[in-house]
Parts: sequence; C-alpha cells; structure tokens
Amino acid sequence: MSALSLTAKDFASDQDVRWCPGCGDYAILNQMRKVCAKLEARRENTVFVSGIGCSSRFPYYMDTYGFHSIHGRAPAVATGVKIANPDLDVWMVTGDGDGLSIGGNHLMHVLRRNVNLKILLFNNRIYGLTKGQYSPTSEEGKKTNSSPMGSIDLPLSPVSVALSSEASFVARCIDIDKNLGEVLERAAAHKGSAFVEIYQDCNIFNHKAFEYATDRAVKEEHIIRLEHGKPLIFGKDRDKGIRLHDHKPEVVQLRSGIKEDDLLFHDEHDESLAFLLSRMSHPDFPEPMGVFYSIGDDCYEDLLTKQIQDAEAARGKADLNALFNSGDTYTIEA
Amino acid sequence: MVAGTKDERGSKPVTNRSSAVVFFAGDSGDGMQKAGTQFTDTAAIVGNDVATLPDFPAEIRAPAGTVAGVSGFQINFAADDIHTPGDEVNALIAMNPAAFKAHIEDVEVGGIVIVNDSEFTKVNLRKAGYSEGYNPLDDEKFTLRYKIYKVPISRLNTEALADSGLGAKNIAQCKNMFALGLIYWLYDRPIDPTVKYLDDYYGQVKNLPEVSKANIATLKAGYFFGETTEMFPVRYHVSKAAIKPGKYRKVTGNEALAMGLVAAAKLSGKQLVYCSYPITPASNILHNLAAMRHFGVKTFQAEDEIAAVCAAIGAGFAGQIGVTGTSGPGMALKSEAINLAVMTELPLIIVDVQRGGPSTGLPTKTEQADLLQAMFGRNSDSPLVILAPQSPADCFDIALEASRISLKHMVPVIILSDCYLADGAEPWLIPDSCGLKPIEITHRTDPDGFEPYARDENLVRPWPVPGTPGMEHRIGGLEKQHITGDVSYDAENHQLMSVIRRRKVELVAKQIPHLQVHGESSGDLLVIGWGGTYGSILTAVNRAQQAGKSVSSAHLRYLSPMPGNLGDVVRSFKKVLVPELNMGQLRLLLRARFLVDARGLNKIQGKPFLVEEVEEAIDLMLGGVYGEREFLMPRHHQVRLEDQEYDLGGCQQDSAASIPM
Ligand code: SF4
Repeated sequence: MSALSLTAKDFASDQDVRWCPGCGDYAILNQMRKVCAKLEARRENTVFVSGIGCSSRFPYYMDTYGFHSIHGRAPAVATGVKIANPDLDVWMVTGDGDGLSIGGNHLMHVLRRNVNLKILLFNNRIYGLTKGQYSPTSEEGKKTNSSPMGSIDLPLSPVSVALSSEASFVARCIDIDKNLGEVLERAAAHKGSAFVEIYQDCNIFNHKAFEYATDRAVKEEHIIRLEHGKPLIFGKDRDKGIRLHDHKPEVVQLRSGIKEDDLLFHDEHDESLAFLLSRMSHPDFPEPMGVFYSIGDDCYEDLLTKQIQDAEAARGKADLNALFNSGDTYTIEA
Repeated sequence: MVAGTKDERGSKPVTNRSSAVVFFAGDSGDGMQKAGTQFTDTAAIVGNDVATLPDFPAEIRAPAGTVAGVSGFQINFAADDIHTPGDEVNALIAMNPAAFKAHIEDVEVGGIVIVNDSEFTKVNLRKAGYSEGYNPLDDEKFTLRYKIYKVPISRLNTEALADSGLGAKNIAQCKNMFALGLIYWLYDRPIDPTVKYLDDYYGQVKNLPEVSKANIATLKAGYFFGETTEMFPVRYHVSKAAIKPGKYRKVTGNEALAMGLVAAAKLSGKQLVYCSYPITPASNILHNLAAMRHFGVKTFQAEDEIAAVCAAIGAGFAGQIGVTGTSGPGMALKSEAINLAVMTELPLIIVDVQRGGPSTGLPTKTEQADLLQAMFGRNSDSPLVILAPQSPADCFDIALEASRISLKHMVPVIILSDCYLADGAEPWLIPDSCGLKPIEITHRTDPDGFEPYARDENLVRPWPVPGTPGMEHRIGGLEKQHITGDVSYDAENHQLMSVIRRRKVELVAKQIPHLQVHGESSGDLLVIGWGGTYGSILTAVNRAQQAGKSVSSAHLRYLSPMPGNLGDVVRSFKKVLVPELNMGQLRLLLRARFLVDARGLNKIQGKPFLVEEVEEAIDLMLGGVYGEREFLMPRHHQVRLEDQEYDLGGCQQDSAASIPM
C-alpha cells in the first residue's frame, strides 16, 4: 500500500474514543491524524508512547504502534524505543501532571539528551483522570478537591522548564487553534527532541481555563503569534507589540510614535529571547504561541550509533571468541 | 592445608601445601585490590584453582588509617578443586595497624602475619583505635598466637626507589608491589606475569614508563628481601591443580555476566540495550558493557533507576534485548515498571546484584535477602522468572539462560546475583562460541489473523516489532482482553488473565533441568541452598560425606519457576537444612510450598558462609540438637546453641531474646 494513499481516517484505530464529550483531546487527536496523513507517515513506522492520565490514552486511538506505559515514565520508555530502533518515528504524549509532576525528572533528561522524539504535553492545568486535583500548572489559589482553601503551590511554565532543560525545539499551541497543525508539522520535521505544550481544555474539571486564549472575541488580545524574523505584534487589529525596556518586555501601543522596528523581533535561535517569551503570561502579557526556539543539534541515538561505528572501525567488529579471549588467558595443558 | 614434603629451592626449604589463603589488607589508598588481583592472576596462570573475596569499605576515602577505611582482598589458591575463598587466612599482609585490627581475627592459629612495621607509629595506632601506649605487636595475645613478621615495608620501598626520580607520594604508592613481591617469594610464585602487567599498564596504557619501572623495581626488591633476609625460615609451594585442560581466564561475576549478555545478543541476532543507573555493586556491569561498543552494545546511563528499567522495556518493545542492572534499593524503585513488563508480556532482564540491606544498608557487602522482593515485591499477583547464579563464572551461563527464557517466553526475568559473586573471581574455561546454542526467535510478520494476545502452546504471545507493516497494535499497563489485547475491565477476563500469567511462568519449568542432588538421592539430611552460597555448602557437604554422614546437597539456580522435581527431592530426606545469607527466605518458600519442616542456618553479617559454619549446622541437624528452633545463626565464626541469645538492648524484661522463634 502506498503511504500516499493514507488519509487521516487511516490513522484512526478501531477503538472507541473514551474521552469526555467536549474534551480538548479530541481536537488534538484529529489534528494529529491529519498531520500524519499530510506528512505521509508510515503507520508501521510510527510509535506513540504515553504515560498515565487522560491525555495518555492517546496511543489507543492511533492506528500505529502504541505503548501506554506507567505514570510519568513515557520519556524513558520512548528513549528505550529510540535507542533500540532509531528509524522509528516516535511521538510521546503526556500531560501537566504526568510530565511535570511525577515524571518531571524524565522530561528534563530526555530533553537535554536530545533524543529524537516529538513530545506533546497536554496542559489542562488540572488532574483530570483522578477527578480534579490541582496540578503543577494550576494557578495559585486554585480551589479543587485537594485544595479547598486554594492551592498554595506556585505553578510551573512548561515552556520555561523545557528551555531550561536544554530542549532543542520548544513550541506552544492551543487545542482548538488553527496553528496546532502547523506546529505539529514543524515538530515532526525537527531532528531531536521537540517539545510542544498544548493548552487543552478539560471540559469537566477545569473548563474554560484557557478561555482568554480561545474565545474568538478576545483571544487575539491575549495571545501573540510567533513568527521567526518578524516583530512581536498582536491584537485583533494588530495594533500592539512587545518592546524590550530595561531588559524586560513591555506591551506597547503601535502607531503612537512607536514603529515596528522598535519592537522585539522573534528569533527562534535565540535562547535568551525564548526564555524571556516563556515568562510572559496572562493577564500581564499576551501569551506567545508558535515556535519559541529551534536549533539544530546532534541527537542522542545518532551519537550512540556513531560511537558504535567508531569503535567497530577502530577495534574491528568483534566476535564472541575475541571477547571471551580478551584479558589475561592461560592454558592448562593436558 | 599443608601436604607434607619439603624440597629446596633457592637457599630456603620449600614446604608443599595443597592450598593456601592469603589476605592483603591495607588502607583504601594502599593498592590492596591491585596486589590481590595480581596475586590471583598469577595463581591462575600457574594453574591453581582460585577463589577470591575482595572487601571494600563503603566510603570511597574513609579517613586514612582508620578501621573504616581498610580495604582487603582474600585469595584462596589450591592444587585441588576449591569453591570458596577459604575460612581461615594462612597469611595476612597488614599494611597498617587498622588493617591488622580489622583482620587479625581471620588468621588461623599459628598463621603468618606480615606487618608493615614502618606504619605502626603512635599516630597510626591511635587512628586504628588502639589505646595510648598500646601496640598489638608487643601483646602476647597476638605474638604467641601467630607468627608475626615485622617488615618495614614502607621504609624498604622508599629505599628501593630512592633513585627512581619519583616524588615521595608516588614512591609511597608503590609499596603494595613490595608487599606483593615478598608474598610471591613466600609462596614460590613467578613475578613475570606482574612485571608484564606493570609494563603494559603503566608503561603502555598510561604512558608512565618511570612509574612502571619503579613498581617493577620494588616488586623485585620485595621478592629479593624474602630471599636474602633470614627472617623467613620456609617458603611454601602450592602445585598446579588438576584442572580440566583448556584455555582459561579469570572472571569476576560481573565480568561473566556482562559477557553472557553480549553472548546472548549475538546468539539471538539482537542488539543488547543495557540501561542502568550507577549503584554499588552493579556499576561495573555497566562499565564493562560501556567498553564493548565494538560488539554493538548500546549502554544507556539513565537519570534514575526507574528510567533505566523503563528504557529497557522500551528497547524490548522495539525488538531488542532490554536489560537493566541494579542492586536491592534500585529493585525497589523499579518494581512498578517491572509489573508493566509483566502486564505487557515483553522480554526484560533485570539484574539485581544483592547487597546488605534494608535501605542503603551495607552497599559493599554481600547478602542474599532480595529473594522475596524478587518473588513478591510488586503490586498484585505478578509472576515472573527468577534465576540465581551459583559462582562467578556461572554468571555467564545464567545471563545466557535468562536471555533465552525472557526472549522465548516473553516474560521478565530477574537474575539474583550478589556482591560476593559480582566481585569474587574464579577461573573460567573459555567456551568456544560455536558450541553455544543459538537463541532462535521469531517475530511475527504475518498480519493475517494477528492478535497481540493470542498464545502458543507455552502461552507465549507474539512479539511483533514496530516497523512491521500490518501489525500495528497498542499495549500498556491496563488489563488486557484475552487474545485481542484490547483494554478490558471484565471480571472474568481479569481472573483468566491472572491465571494465564501465572501458568505461563509455570510452563517455563518444562524447559529447565531437574534439580540434581549431590550425593545419595535420599538420606538423613538434605542441605539446600541457592545463589552465591553454593561453594560453602558444597565444600561442607563434601566433608560430611567423606566423614560417612548421610548428607546430600542440592542447589537452586531456578527459583521461579522452581524445578519440577523439587518437591520430591525435599521429601526424600528426613531433615532439610537451608543455609542462607538472609533471615530465611527460601526456607519460608519451601515450608509454604511443600509443607516440609525445613530449618535454617542464617547469617546476616555481610559475609559469605564459612565452610565450618555450614559443617557445624549439619552436625547440629544430624544430632537433633536444633530441637524446636527453626533456625540458628553463626556468631563469631561458630554455630552454637548458647550463642543464640541476643541482648537486644530494649528496656523490657524479656529483651534478651532467643532469636530463633
Ligand atoms: S476529565 Fe477532562 S481531560 Fe479527562 S477526558 Fe474528561 S474532559 Fe478530557
């Protein structure tokens, strides 16, 4: 069968999708299937690996190879898959609890190693599967079953975490936003760990957490779409921008004596800028969407393969008898 | 053991011995492991059977000169077959007072003690914890009991290297070779293999020719010191052992295990993906394998124990051999992931090099107390395969066997090695790789009628590998629907799957050999053990048999599933004794499973059994002295009923407890 003939539907498994009606996961799933079809992915060569949580049911719904592993450990399982077979296209699906709480350690290390994986972190700022406790991305003061008087934890920014973990590709998008497909395509094309935070609506336990960024009437005032080499402009009328003042970003009104050239220009290769952007959050700033950072770097499994090739070249491809007879040997005569 | 005849070699008489136990002890910076390893290599090269027991301090650099910082290396070398590093030391080399203090009790009465007299200073005696003004070398308690030779090793070494051009510190670092040279002379060994080693290692690999020269010079100085001085009246000679002819090398358990895993990869046409987080005493499996990139070995040093096992599971899913290595504390961390492999029925090998516990415990000391953890230490019913090597070289065979079972039966396999096996060494008859049986694995590629959880006659599910068209499927930790592998919460299905997982492991028993009994197949007493206690048990039982006692032994290398004839074996004897380096874990299983009145000999001292301790327990069992006691524990190298009372230090009245209850 030619890969060209595959459509989004061909990437749907025979399993009934069991997320709650209205869950943001549906939109992401549909987009993912479309992207696979568009990129002419081979089903047999594609592997989805996940941890535990609502988002981690994702692999069951893709007609590819899939591994629904244990809580927080998907980066490690996916790393093992890539080490064992670097030719596979491996996608990892995680959530804010799975990826940043119980599995925070693994996320940090998979990113710094630059294993060639595409990591999708569905951030709904809540624990959905366990029925609504505050998560590492829940806002301070969040009232949930486990924080009736309000959460006293400071939330993490997933993008800041990824950047600090030396990720080579970091992006953010929204489940129902038009740019999701583009960002997934960019992630797929990246060689190395690609980290994508996706704002995802938990219809049941944290509905409208991202309303400011999704409501048609106001969203363009609250997000800023990143484009490499372009000035940071936002607003429905594209009349606002971000300027650097005293090493800090500030929102400025355009056309009131401020020109585009006065604004910050996005540069995907600039780590400091990416971090600065990752610190901009609602309601003080529009939240950046798109690719924050992207650089080319060697990926882990290629370096490992190269070491093996180098060792084989330098020491000769060894056979077992050579191994057994290495070290000090001696012969006992009959 | 002394075997009699004397002859003359050089100017001194030579006494033949059938075996000897030498112990090098010094500060951790004194190079005792190197001296011990060299002595072992040479003994192997001249054709002795050897068994070793390295003994490291847990701290990398405990304060110099203290008992906590003593590093030791025990070698038993013999003209006959030996299986243990020896109970009693015939010759101790103590490089400082702390080493003397730590190991003098291990020396046989009348044994040789060579002390580095230069280091028995006031300061060093104090560091070793001796009271002010006391020197054990002047104490009749020791001088009458042992043959103590005071050799100013540090000073003689410095003098020998006065013209070496090295600084004082570098010169001091050579003194282990002086001591080694002296012991080579005392035991009539050639120095050439060590000269060659020093030349290769310092001269070639490290490119430090002057260090190489200095080490060789002081090695020779030590040797000639023995020859020239009037101090030693005799030398000893241990002849070649009647070892099966062939080509040998010395291996430690961890080396053998690493080679076994590589061999399994080659024999199965797979890549070895070894994922590990550094932990004593398993780390040098990782080191060994990391140096084998030219064999196509992929090692992954993970960020933690959990990541290590998960990556190994990922590698198994992707169609290669995923292995993770650790020790007890790491096993505890891996348990959830091991269950993922149980549920997904993927091949996975977990190497647990056991050490003293619980918790951080005794990181550098041996114990075999993770059996129940391996067996039951995971949530829910979690059957898997457990194997245990019985000697350092057996680690090779067990690694191969574990791989064969895991790959062919799609089941996680735990290898329970231990610190004693991992670091201990013995000669290994090098196999010819052509004689090793290939591990044939089939990955299903035919999508027609494919179901991820359909099973063959051994209840093994297929292992379709990502990359294979038409076989796309999803697995995970949720319960599986029988045959289809879909997620299922169905009550009857869960019970069925639980039965299948258990039965699948039981069916492995069909593929494993029956338990062999050493000695008569029935009689008064069966001594049954597992893992690293093999050598001590075998030697003790051999001696009992030679003394005409009705004692047999059996040793379990397969702990789950157990060999099919195990029940018959244990029921064929009037009494059953289970020596273990734990509080009675196999004993518990045997009693529960076979309703036998098994009794224990249980030692939890971070050390292997002395042969003598097992012999004593055998006699106590045969003499009916155990009474109602379920187990006895050796104390101070002896098993005596009166020693079983421990003052537990509590404030209740019954704090002096009789431990076996
Ligand atoms: S609980 Fe929330 S995140 Fe989970 S499926 Fe329902 S809506 Fe989606």
